[in-house]
Amino acid sequence: MTGARDEVLGRIRTALGPDRRPAPEVHRHYRRSDGRPVAELLDVLTDRLEDYAATVLRCSPEAVGATVAAALDAGLGVGWAPAGVVVAPGLPAAWRPDGVSEDDGRPAVGLTAFAATVTGVAVAVAETGTLVLDGGARSGRRALSLLPDCLVCVVETGQVVGGVPEALARLDATAPLTMVSGPSATSDIELSRVEGVHGPRTLVVVLMG
Amino acid sequence: MRVALFATCLVDTMVPQVAHATATLLQRLGHEVVVPPGQACCGQMHVNTGYRREAVPVVANHVRAFAGAEAVVAPSGSCVASIHHQQAMVLRRAGEHGLASDAEALAGRTYELSQFLVDVLGVTDVGAYYPHRVTYHPTCHSLRLLRVGDRPLRLLRAVRGLELVELPGADQCCGFGGTFAVKNADTSTAMLTDKMANVLSTHAEVCTAGDASCLMHIGGGLSRLRSGTRTVHLAEILASTEQAVTPHQATRPAVPA
Amino acid sequence: MTATSRPPTFLGLPTAQRPSLPTAPRGVGHLRGDRSFPDAARDALRDGQLRANLGHATSTIRAKRAAVVGEVPDWEELRQAGKALKQATMARLDELLVQLEEQVTARGGTVHWARDATEANEIVTRLVRATGADEVVKVKSMATQEIGLNEALEAAGIAAHETDLAELIVQLGEDEPSHILVPAIHKNRAEIREIFLRTMPQFAEPGAAAELTDEPRRLAMAARAHLRERFLRARVAVSGANFAVAETGTLAVVESEGNGRMCLTLPQTLITVMGIEKLVPTWQDLEVFLQLLPRSSTGERMNPYTSLWTGVTPGDGPQEFHLVLLDNGRTAVLADEVGREALHCIRCSACLNVCPVYERAGGHAYGSVYPGPIGAVLSPQLTGVEDNASLPYASSLCGACYDACPVAIDIPSILVHLRAEHVEAQQRTTPEAAAFRALSRAMSSPWLWRLAQRAAGLGRFLSRGGPTLPVALPPPASAWTRSRDLPTPPRETFTQAWAREHGR
Ligand code: SF4
Repeated sequence: MTGARDEVLGRIRTALGPDRRPAPEVHRHYRRSDGRPVAELLDVLTDRLEDYAATVLRCSPEAVGATVAAALDAGLGVGWAPAGVVVAPGLPAAWRPDGVSEDDGRPAVGLTAFAATVTGVAVAVAETGTLVLDGGARSGRRALSLLPDCLVCVVETGQVVGGVPEALARLDATAPLTMVSGPSATSDIELSRVEGVHGPRTLVVVLMG
Repeated sequence: MRVALFATCLVDTMVPQVAHATATLLQRLGHEVVVPPGQACCGQMHVNTGYRREAVPVVANHVRAFAGAEAVVAPSGSCVASIHHQQAMVLRRAGEHGLASDAEALAGRTYELSQFLVDVLGVTDVGAYYPHRVTYHPTCHSLRLLRVGDRPLRLLRAVRGLELVELPGADQCCGFGGTFAVKNADTSTAMLTDKMANVLSTHAEVCTAGDASCLMHIGGGLSRLRSGTRTVHLAEILASTEQAVTPHQATRPAVPA
Repeated sequence: MTATSRPPTFLGLPTAQRPSLPTAPRGVGHLRGDRSFPDAARDALRDGQLRANLGHATSTIRAKRAAVVGEVPDWEELRQAGKALKQATMARLDELLVQLEEQVTARGGTVHWARDATEANEIVTRLVRATGADEVVKVKSMATQEIGLNEALEAAGIAAHETDLAELIVQLGEDEPSHILVPAIHKNRAEIREIFLRTMPQFAEPGAAAELTDEPRRLAMAARAHLRERFLRARVAVSGANFAVAETGTLAVVESEGNGRMCLTLPQTLITVMGIEKLVPTWQDLEVFLQLLPRSSTGERMNPYTSLWTGVTPGDGPQEFHLVLLDNGRTAVLADEVGREALHCIRCSACLNVCPVYERAGGHAYGSVYPGPIGAVLSPQLTGVEDNASLPYASSLCGACYDACPVAIDIPSILVHLRAEHVEAQQRTTPEAAAFRALSRAMSSPWLWRLAQRAAGLGRFLSRGGPTLPVALPPPASAWTRSRDLPTPPRETFTQAWAREHGR
């Protein structure tokens, strides 16, 4: 084991030579922040999410609970059973429709029993239409947003940033992160896009503001 | 201005009318043209086929042949690109540091025809007359190595009587690629077939470009098809006038159909 | 997508003497073809269906990419930052790998080092065996294809299930991948349906076949059903990695279908095999690559799913994590000052999609898991250029790859450099070398050159007065005249005529 490690590191040193060239300076002349007003960012985010075939429901902070219920109507059809819905453990009580279950930490495969999941997010990127879940109490563990076929994500106004650099700056690199941009999709057959392969086939976003 | 003409080995040997046309054009624009007799080849063919050592004396000869020139013009995008990007490095790799600096300085004074006309002389209307339907193929090395951009198109648009038609898939390679055309003849031919289909779809009488090599390839294919569409170098079109069709200047194709 | 502000393509060749380091071993993995590129390409060129599939797919993806790259105002700045970051990574690769190892270990992962394909296969096999599992689920990974991991596992009695749709198509069809991103790009919907009907147990029942049409949605759903149960029962997953962050020990997998998430989340054990060049120095650096990669590869603003993980997270995902760091010839590439730029590749496949040679010849002609322009410069360096000697010539040097590459790899210059490496490796004088040497002598002496040109004028003799040379010229000229006419050389060269007219 150590043999291979030392040998590979030794090869790298040989390859780079005794007087290796210094690392060049990296110029970050690209955009690192986005000056657009929040209202505009929310519109861009909505546009990009819809472009990826996600459904977006905008609401005021007071109406989140009702809008989550509407999101489940959209995702599961009216008359869905609350028992088929699981929510992240840290989801605020006001956001939870009546009768839904909280993730109880059962073995991950057990989550296939649910038809839909409701979670919060850590940050959302307007320009790319991306939601980032960070494994925290609001986002829930990774399997939670993966196995049920419908995913409802609640995004708060303050969580929306313009571009990727701002999003990464807000995240903890060592958390288990999942970036979600629309429902799962494939373009493997003649480059024609099909939504919904292994991940949730339906993505509904409740966007505050 | 006193302009040294680099004919390039291919034009000099196979399609001399292109060099004649370049000289005629530059003279008509009021410049003195000299043809340094020591010239042969820029070395590109050697370098691009892997013979970079063998390219050294060829490049050295080129640098010596044009040593005193104020400005060098060549009717070939890919040769000029090689002069700009490869010559000095070939020499440097061979330890010829003095010659390499000379090559670098020479590259700074060397221009592809359309760049020389538009950037150095500041003309787009060269007073040409060419009453034909023409489509323009931007060869890869002019397009991506020299970034000549729309200079050739601006020159062509100013030619009286010329009807310019856009070439579909213009930025696609014609499949020449030097020894690629021989080493990968089948793939090269498949690329040529698509290029010819696009040329023929324009119903142009003439397909033009700034590189005699690509034109020889496309023209050779069109000729084999007996298509009637011929290839004519940009220099030949720009040299053509109502009054004078110079003895060497051809409205006849590089490869007769 | 040609921006005039961009630096021009550059067929360059700086000076270098490479120290010689071990290349990827023969007899294992998929880096060497059994035929030369021109021979393999000939078959592909004859296959009309293949050419139609490829033409359709590459032109579709080219247009998508151009649109989403065009909407990024700072694309060129991102591209230059990406290039500089990769240069900076290579300059301190040893240091950064050690840092990565420390971080992964500190967060509960185990790091293994593999000198080559054989060693990496042994490590993974041993790790799987230790879990007691006899099957693994796999996320699409170039590194594991490169080393032939599936075959190695199979030989050890472990079944490896590919879970990416295209990889599944290739695996079920007992085929080889032909594209980095869309490995089944050479298959159309009807061919895929046929493979599924033949191989998926769910269609074995009489009458079940009727349910499967060749609509892409139906085919994708068939794959979902086929794999669902495998994901849920899997105890071990094997993945590659798109990026690894030295500073934090974070690994990233970029994907679309969710099969990656399934593999990275559900099994108890995760084994990731990663080339040592996949590193970036800091977390912040990902902000560049996560913008460059999706737009260049699938032509999307962002791919549907990106998973980032660091070591092990209690209560979330695999509780056992192994990272295998693979050399397999990469340090030999690093030793070449010109060629090492090939290690900057982020496997987006943009260069394949814009390449006129790839579009005609297809991926299989390259004989390696790395096809297209990047394959033409990477495979010969990983194996040693003599084991893939025809690949550096599989390009017309048109430069489209360099323009498209999100990290601005000067592929044409590396191709030219490798051609020279090949020529200079020859012990005996080939007829071609003799010809180029003779030509070099002639072209470096003006009077000899005039003499040679006059001899070329003798070609007129062959044409017997006709306007073009005859079709039946001897090789290599015959390769030209098979499909094109060659003009008869003129009576007099330009320089001769000029000297005559102007008295020199
Ligand atoms: S060489 Fe550049 S364009 Fe080609 S796959 Fe790698 S990163 Fe993409």
